[in-house]
Amino acid sequence: MIYEQTLDIMYAVGAILVMLMIFFSMIRALAGPTAPDRVVAINIITTNTLIIITLIARVYAQVYFLDIAMVYALMGFIATIGVAKYLEKGALE
Amino acid sequence: MNTILYYASVISLIVGLFFLLVATVGLLRLPDVYNRLHATSKCDTLGAGLVLLSLALQSEAAVAIRLVLLIIFILVTNPTAAHVIARAAYTTGIRPLIGRSESDD
Repeated sequence: MIYEQTLDIMYAVGAILVMLMIFFSMIRALAGPTAPDRVVAINIITTNTLIIITLIARVYAQVYFLDIAMVYALMGFIATIGVAKYLEKGALE
Repeated sequence: MNTILYYASVISLIVGLFFLLVATVGLLRLPDVYNRLHATSKCDTLGAGLVLLSLALQSEAAVAIRLVLLIIFILVTNPTAAHVIARAAYTTGIRPLIGRSESDD
């Protein structure tokens, strides 16, 4: 069906655009003046990577990539909480 | 019915990508940590939710349930992460940009 092919092309182009957004977010992660700037940028990079994983799961028709996306979201959240706690208290209690 | 789902999916994908672009521009252009959090947490949550909704409209039920669970997970965890980052930034001594006009880039 023609709709499916058009949507696959749109999802692939969307994955490439999100990859460019990750590249520009990495500029802020490298050049951020303070440490919380870098944590914000890495949080955004984690969410965008999650979107890329789900788009690739749709394009390549691999359903189990969604489980990887769930684990990735959980690990990104725990990483953000851990770095923020470390900045706040100076130790991971 | 299939045509309606197709156009809803396309519109949701394009609007979601627009919000992700707004989040990236806000992350790059705004002058302060709190301004960047203000731009990125809301726009990135909405953009990710719309892109995942666009995928969920096109898949069968067993896949759509996982995508909806991912949307709920993002809606819960992303504002929590923004709150924790803002509290850590305030505790480590970064003051908000109130009444000052210079940027600390």
